[in-house]
Amino acid sequence: MIRYAWLIPLFPLAGVLINGLLGSRVRDKAGHVASLMAGLSLLVVLGIAREMILGPGGSHVVPVWTWITAGSLSVSVSFLVDPLSTIMLLVVAGVGFVIHVYSIGYMHGDPGYPRFFTYLNLFMLSMLLLVMADNYLLMFVGWEGVGLCSYLLIGFWYEKQSASDAGKKAFIVNRIGDAGFLLGLFLIWTLTGSLSYAEVFKAAPQLAAPAATAIGLLLFIGAMGKSAQIPLYVWLPDAMEGPTPVSALIHAATMVTAGVYMVARTSPVYVQGPGALEVIALVGALTAIFSASIGLVQNDIKRVMAYSTVSQLGFMFMAMGVGAFASGIFHLMTHAFFKGLLFLGAGSVIHALHHAPAAQQQDMRYMGGLRSKMPVTYWCLVAAALALAGVPPFAGFWSKDEILAGAFFSGHYVVWGLGTAAALMTAFYVFRMIFMTFHGEMRVDHHAREHIRESPAVMTVPLVILAVLSVVGGVLPGFPPDAGWIHKFLAPSLAKAPGHAALDEGVRVVKAAAQAGAQGGGHGTAGIALIVLAIAVALGGIALAWRMYLRDTAAPARLERRFPGLYRLLLNKYYVDEIYQACIVEPIYRLMRALFDFDQKVVDGAVNGSSFLTVWFSRISGIFDLRTVDGAVNGTAGVIGFFSQLFKFIQSGMVQNYLFVMLLGVFLMVSAYLFR
Amino acid sequence: MELAFFYLFAAGIVGASLLMVTRANVIHAALLLVLAFLFMAGLFVLAGAEFLAGVQILIYAGGIMVLYLFSIMLMNVGVAVRLRQWHRQSVLALAAAVLLGAEVWAVLGRGGYPGAKAWGWGLGQTPGNVEALGEVLYTKFLFPFEVASILLLAAMIGAIVLAKREITR
Amino acid sequence: MVPLTHYLALGAILFLIGAAGVLMRRNAIMILLSIELMLNSVNITFVGFARQWADLTGQVFAIFVIAVAACEAAVGLAILISLNRDRQMMNVDEINLLKW
Repeated sequence: MIRYAWLIPLFPLAGVLINGLLGSRVRDKAGHVASLMAGLSLLVVLGIAREMILGPGGSHVVPVWTWITAGSLSVSVSFLVDPLSTIMLLVVAGVGFVIHVYSIGYMHGDPGYPRFFTYLNLFMLSMLLLVMADNYLLMFVGWEGVGLCSYLLIGFWYEKQSASDAGKKAFIVNRIGDAGFLLGLFLIWTLTGSLSYAEVFKAAPQLAAPAATAIGLLLFIGAMGKSAQIPLYVWLPDAMEGPTPVSALIHAATMVTAGVYMVARTSPVYVQGPGALEVIALVGALTAIFSASIGLVQNDIKRVMAYSTVSQLGFMFMAMGVGAFASGIFHLMTHAFFKGLLFLGAGSVIHALHHAPAAQQQDMRYMGGLRSKMPVTYWCLVAAALALAGVPPFAGFWSKDEILAGAFFSGHYVVWGLGTAAALMTAFYVFRMIFMTFHGEMRVDHHAREHIRESPAVMTVPLVILAVLSVVGGVLPGFPPDAGWIHKFLAPSLAKAPGHAALDEGVRVVKAAAQAGAQGGGHGTAGIALIVLAIAVALGGIALAWRMYLRDTAAPARLERRFPGLYRLLLNKYYVDEIYQACIVEPIYRLMRALFDFDQKVVDGAVNGSSFLTVWFSRISGIFDLRTVDGAVNGTAGVIGFFSQLFKFIQSGMVQNYLFVMLLGVFLMVSAYLFR
Repeated sequence: MELAFFYLFAAGIVGASLLMVTRANVIHAALLLVLAFLFMAGLFVLAGAEFLAGVQILIYAGGIMVLYLFSIMLMNVGVAVRLRQWHRQSVLALAAAVLLGAEVWAVLGRGGYPGAKAWGWGLGQTPGNVEALGEVLYTKFLFPFEVASILLLAAMIGAIVLAKREITR
Repeated sequence: MVPLTHYLALGAILFLIGAAGVLMRRNAIMILLSIELMLNSVNITFVGFARQWADLTGQVFAIFVIAVAACEAAVGLAILISLNRDRQMMNVDEINLLKW
């Protein structure tokens, strides 16, 4: 089965061609075609995963063809199937398929229906290329491909100014990151002479620490852009202008985790340059708490999720930074389940409210009391919220608290502290969202009220599937902590971090604690304390949200009055967009205006001057030509006439003159060869 | 003997081509070019390229040149014959061509080409020229071959788009 | 056996005849015909080298040249036909849309 891995990206490609070229013919069937293609990909992925999981595993390269051969650079289009890419394939193809099916219901009746599914399949194709590539250049192709699809899908409703602006913002911010990524690729090629994973990782142990750190930091700049880390996270909240399934698939479950995957994939290089890992850990932790705090006060249901996604991505990078690569990928997987579910649930709510005024459809202040109207959506969202908050035994508990334990036991106490605080905020804001949306009195517009009903089965069945995964997706692969099935499975693909000895020690302690807890002994108190603290933090956040938004509903307003400055700061997202506008965008505009003036005055002046000269000169040579042609009796005059015509013909627009100059060029080249 | 045939064909090709570029009537020129192609096919047989010789006659002389003749018939050639035939840069162009020819002559005069190898795909041998060529074309050069087919398709579509009349609705 | 230089000289002569034709004639069809001649001179060179080094690559490339020549003829003639329809003429030196 593994050797048929090339089929996986082929099906979405077929979908792109069918829907893209025959969109006007397939019309309402576009969703079914795209879902079928995603489903076929998923079947192949499942077959491969079965072989990888039940069989001996290992790392397989499936060559397709040699793409570039230039000097010592040789890049092939070949696919790598190993434990890491298997997990990623399962996430991408699985969540992707579910969201394709959901979109059939959600996008029903949209005028751009075939276009939407073309983009969605194109995204699947790029994302599969990204995770299956066996070299950095092919990964970069997928990396850019998903960036393009992200742009296209954020701006899907391009007639809406804010949507097309958000698309451009995402694209430009990603460009900044991609420049760093590209520089990283150049550096890798310069230092190791290859771009294929196998060769680079073989050469990695010989890399000096500064070189590895430089590569790591440059690649991480790319990851910052794609995975929305400080300071390049600003595009992701705006990306919520896209259709909700897109937010779920691209901006929660798959594309934004590409940076995490890339760092995990490059782990053999990162462990050579620990400096880069420290930076990643700190940036991840800061992003986690920074965006979680913004999420506390947002009123737009999708923006809450967006900041939550940024924050959870911060957790994943935290894991990468402290060397707990497997935990990071584990969290990536569980996050794909529950965050995808949160978005799809939010989409279901928005779908139900589409008779409300446009400004109120996504605003939680105009929701409330939807629990009895939409029971399936409600219970699925509760499962997802519990998973995100980290309540055992839901999925998020296993992965998130593994990350925090990893940070603690590898000695990153600051990172651990920030992460724990962010976890508290996470539990608070997600249940604030649940309580504001589904509990309390109904604040929906009267006119829209009678139209609220549960979404159709094509939308709720994907919700239920993801809800089941959000419940069991953590405990099945991840128990016992740090020694579960997923850790053993991923181990061959990931490098061991330098601090891993300490981490292993921590794992031992946690395991001992778990055993001791079972036996009622007193060992490994630190491990037990961590777990208890994690559960306490999750429940504390939920309790706080319950108290503020259900029992004492005046509390938020009271807090708002007591800390008006803090509240405004959070509500306005720390004014980051305004700061960027003032510090980066405005100066660039000014520079561009200056350049424009320069162009107008200096360059155009020079061009006009030279054209004036040319006209003048050709007029002279025209007169000269006339006179010599008039007196063209002898051969010399004829030759001079030809030369004067030659001057005029330099821009004659006649193709044969250009060809003649080309022949002269050949003549000169042969002369150079002859007389060298 | 081989050399004699070479000179015969070479003289035929050069003669026909020289006549071709000087004709005022394009139909005469096209027919002379067909003649040059036929001589060229003979030359290809001489050089052990039997398949190319066949292609030269069937595709080139038979296909492409017929396309030319059809196109010429679609256009109005009668008028063109009476017009001035030579471009104003002719003398310069001729001089440049002759100079370039002299240079090429000098380069060729230096020699220095590695010695000949025995030709392995002659008439009556196995594998013959066509078989050997086909094998190379469909294995080592499969990808360029497919690219060439896409190029042909693109040219076909392009030609149709360029040449069709505007449909006025 | 014919020496390689003979093939090369013949190819060069034909190429220059063709090039001179392209540069000197005004009639667009004559230019296309001359281009065909130039392409064929390259084929002679390819075949000569293939013969000299007993390597079929030269002949394969000659086939590709023929394919390209067919494309060139098709597109070129299509352009000429539409040009002839629009302007009732086919003298290349009267077309100077590329002028500055």
